[in-house]
Amino acid sequence: MSGKANANYRTALSRARGLGAAHHGVSDFIFERLSGIALVPLSLWAVYGAIKVAPLGYDTAALALRHPLNALLALLLMGASFAHMKAGLRVVIEDYLEVPATKVLALMLNSAICWLGWALSSFAILWVAFGAAHH
Amino acid sequence: MVQFTLPRNSKVGKGKHFPVPAGAKTVKTFKVYRYDPETSANPRWDTYEVAVDQCGPMVLDALLHIKNTMDPTLAFRRSCREGVCGSCAMNIGGRNTLACTHAWDEVPGEAVQISPLPHMPVVKDLVPDLTLFFAQYASIEPWLQTDTPTPQTEWGQAPQDRAKLDGLYECILCACCSTSCPSYWWNGDKYLGPAALLQAYRWLVDSRDEATGARLDDLEDPFKLYRCHTIMNCAQVCPKGLNPAKAIAGIKRMLVERVV
Repeated sequence: MSGKANANYRTALSRARGLGAAHHGVSDFIFERLSGIALVPLSLWAVYGAIKVAPLGYDTAALALRHPLNALLALLLMGASFAHMKAGLRVVIEDYLEVPATKVLALMLNSAICWLGWALSSFAILWVAFGAAHH
Repeated sequence: MVQFTLPRNSKVGKGKHFPVPAGAKTVKTFKVYRYDPETSANPRWDTYEVAVDQCGPMVLDALLHIKNTMDPTLAFRRSCREGVCGSCAMNIGGRNTLACTHAWDEVPGEAVQISPLPHMPVVKDLVPDLTLFFAQYASIEPWLQTDTPTPQTEWGQAPQDRAKLDGLYECILCACCSTSCPSYWWNGDKYLGPAALLQAYRWLVDSRDEATGARLDDLEDPFKLYRCHTIMNCAQVCPKGLNPAKAIAGIKRMLVERVV
């Protein structure tokens, strides 16, 4: 490499091996795909439901959400969405951020925001499903 | 953050112009990246008006013609001149390929623009530093690994098992694929890149090898393997027509098979 005084004396093989393999990744790989596949029917159901219920006002929508099947599907949709989002954004952050501090901070923020989004949306669904029909 | 622009001392300026020599019948302009580590000057684009009727059909022929008759200071690697050594890999007309198998009249546009393989440290002109690339290849331990005592004759392999190596063993390690991969650009220090991973798969699917599990262990890593986002530039540019993306998908499939 360069002939400068501060040249790196680590061998190329040492740099290539780095810290070694993390021995994980396959479960993340499977989860990204499974949550993606689950989101196809769940999103179709959500779009169909939203179009059907939108013109009928809040009370009808709340009533629909009180049906156990609808509430369950809505909870699954939120769970799969935020989990998939967290996994996807994590890859983007790892791809593009280099500085360890920035990267770790972004990963923590990603995790916190996705967990918070999941908890808030699930709580809202349960709130409505268990009777908060009147606003 | 990933750097999307070149650092100030790598910005490429305008360079020298070498006009067409007297007596030329057909002329083609070549715009070539130049960098001299002996000076502190920035890299530059030199333009050469080449009498292509006096040289062969390939980009390498034109580069040799430039070096022999116009500018002996131009540095580039070359050896076999028939696409089996991988030395003359460079970026020609915005695409990584081998100068020896790519014809200059197939390059679109007025001038043939030639620069070193992208996102690698440049040693001089068109010569990139591939030290880490080859170390990454060495790190996948590209040799037959067995615990069974070596047989008196050769290791046996069924024709159908041998066929699994087709499309893999032909790789000449020219680095066209790895240096065309954005994931390798951004994380080339940790991601092994398509060339090393294709080679890793070549040993994973070799029926004679007994270290498959250990090889998979060493690949299961969010960066070494899973930085591949199937962008497919590797398969697009491979001058040997191989498909590293498919080989990487094969590794991912084997890892899933192991746990499901």
